[in-house]
Amino acid sequence: MPILSLSGITKTFGAVAALTGIDLDVEAGEVVAIVGDNGAGKSTLVKILSGVHAADSGTITFEGGQAHIATPADAHRLGIATVFQDLALCENLNVIENLFLGQELRALRLDDVAMEVRSWELLRQLSAKIPSVRTPVASLSGGQRQTVAIARSLLADPKVVILDEPTAALGVAQTAEVLNLIERLRDRGLGVIMISHNMADVKAVADKVAVLRLGRNNGTFAVGEVSQEDIIAAITGATDNVVTRRAQSQERLRQ
Amino acid sequence: MTDLETPTDLKDERLIGRQGLRGAAEGLLDRVRGGDLGVLPVVIGLIVIWSVFQALNPIFLSSVNLVNLTLECAPVGIIALGVVVVLLVGQIDLSVGSVSGLTSAVMAVFFVDRRLPVWLAILAAIVIGCAIGWVYGQIFNRFGVPSFVITMAGLLGLLGVQLWMLGAKGSINLPFDSGLVAFAQLAFVPVWLSYVFVVVAAAGLFASGYAHARRRRKASLSAVSTQLLVARSVLVLIGLGVVVWYLNQTRGVGWMFVLFLALVLVMHYVLGRTKFGKSIYAVGGNAEAARRAGINVRAVYTSAFVLCTTLAAVGGVLAAARLAAVNQSSGGGDVNLNAIAAAVIGGTSLFGGRGTAFAALLGIVVIQSISSGLTLLNLDSSFRFMVTGAVLLLAVAVDSVARRSRVSHGRA
Ligand SMILES: Nc1ncnc2c1ncn2[C@@H]1O[C@H](COP(=O)(O)OP(=O)(O)OP(=O)(O)O)[C@@H](O)[C@H]1O
Ligand SMILES: [Mg+2]
Repeated sequence: MPILSLSGITKTFGAVAALTGIDLDVEAGEVVAIVGDNGAGKSTLVKILSGVHAADSGTITFEGGQAHIATPADAHRLGIATVFQDLALCENLNVIENLFLGQELRALRLDDVAMEVRSWELLRQLSAKIPSVRTPVASLSGGQRQTVAIARSLLADPKVVILDEPTAALGVAQTAEVLNLIERLRDRGLGVIMISHNMADVKAVADKVAVLRLGRNNGTFAVGEVSQEDIIAAITGATDNVVTRRAQSQERLRQ
Repeated sequence: MTDLETPTDLKDERLIGRQGLRGAAEGLLDRVRGGDLGVLPVVIGLIVIWSVFQALNPIFLSSVNLVNLTLECAPVGIIALGVVVVLLVGQIDLSVGSVSGLTSAVMAVFFVDRRLPVWLAILAAIVIGCAIGWVYGQIFNRFGVPSFVITMAGLLGLLGVQLWMLGAKGSINLPFDSGLVAFAQLAFVPVWLSYVFVVVAAAGLFASGYAHARRRRKASLSAVSTQLLVARSVLVLIGLGVVVWYLNQTRGVGWMFVLFLALVLVMHYVLGRTKFGKSIYAVGGNAEAARRAGINVRAVYTSAFVLCTTLAAVGGVLAAARLAAVNQSSGGGDVNLNAIAAAVIGGTSLFGGRGTAFAALLGIVVIQSISSGLTLLNLDSSFRFMVTGAVLLLAVAVDSVARRSRVSHGRA
């Protein structure tokens, strides 16, 4: 039985049908990659799962029961943690405050020592290169911010982790750490949804690839049984597409 | 490779090691260069203002005048404290003056006209203040009307209610023998107790700092050295001691001023050391990020408005008590402007998410100093408006420049 299951999810923004009848299953201990072109609706799907947007129709089943995710707090309560593409950090707060935002220890007398210790633990796990956790997030580099956002999703022992392009801004070592982390999460029995444009990363860690195209399902593949070309064909919608044409012309040049 | 000596938070080799008193001073200098000015501009401003007025009129820094200054600060300072909270969530309340006027009128009508017990009248005023903020919050959250429009409407509308309540005679005198008026005009801390407060403050600062440093060391994090903690507490002890001694040369420290300080300290704790306080800063910094972190953003906005108008009500009641009267101009004139200006001058950013409770204290001291100095020079309110306006503009300019500098130094 899947831990998280979507069926018939539809979302429109004004005249734009961002998502139409999306189905998706995520098992516990499984990494599902969602791929698709820019504007395919990946981030919109993530936002529906994390309670940022409400779906117009469709059902979400979580751990076998129907779930209503109306607010981000609902998603947190269910155990769905999200790393957003735009990271959603508060620039005026420091790293610790951002990590623990909304889930501070001891509400009436903040336990800043425990929070700082835990922050360093999480960041070390991700090989983060952050000199000080007491500087405002505004002073961090793009990759450092992304690491903070990822660390935050791990804080509350989630059951499903959703990462929207988690490695887009990361260096080589940090990307490897995030991929390791994704595998560790899977081994611990969490469901992981990962969005990425990097096929190598997808092939490296995902068990299953779900393709979105123009807001619709365009195939779900087991990673072991599918070639990169097939995925790209599903993403672009044709075997004759700009990617294959480019590959062919490169081939011709070489000859 | 990992050395056990270095605290966890100082392991990164790019960190510039700084130690002891000198290191602390250097770190401060760095922060200022980066646009993280904190209370520095306002402290410098205060020194300049005091020097100028003292040079022009030697009575200015006399004990009598400073005692008066502290009493003048309290009511508007308490209102400014509420304005700080609203500014922190990135909104504004332009109606604090009217709220304070209306609620003081409510108090006077209940207390004098209806002959209710004074505490009940005060409670009624505070409840009404609270309700006004709640209504602001509902309108803001439900209809998305910008807060400056809502509160501008409040500014006019509530003034109207105040005038209507006071009716034809237009003013109500509070009896001099009531506890409320005595509290605002005659209640001073006994000399011995004032020194006890000073010692408790310095000792408390040291004790909490020491306990905190010990817990940090135990968790192998870096901590402030005991030497620095002692130095800080001694400075506070001497500084506060001198101030209190000087005020005690004449009437001493007013209980009303102590109330103001207590409210500032409580607010400082709430903003800095509680989950609620962090959510205030988060909403002011990035409301969408706060929402996605599961914070109830609407509730935070509503509580900020409620805190602001409630404190405005408290300030209004105290202002009325100090005057021993409520009239049509209670809460009018420059109360509104002074309260908002104090918050901004004290270093609360108009852009939201930045500032502390102490901004209200420092800002109101600046404003009342200007007002008191000009009064001593026999200059009327026309000059006071001009100078206060100029100082406000200067403060906002400093805020904007500091913000730009923070962006370029990565501290925005
Ligand atoms: N808040 C919004 N208001 C209106 N339209 C939106 C909104 N968010 C997304 N859209 C539209 O929905 C469609 C899908 O956007 P989405 O962000 O989900 O794409 P994506 O697959 O994440 O793309 P990318 O790879 O560029 O991140 C786009 O056409 C976009 O314009
Ligand atoms: Mg996206």
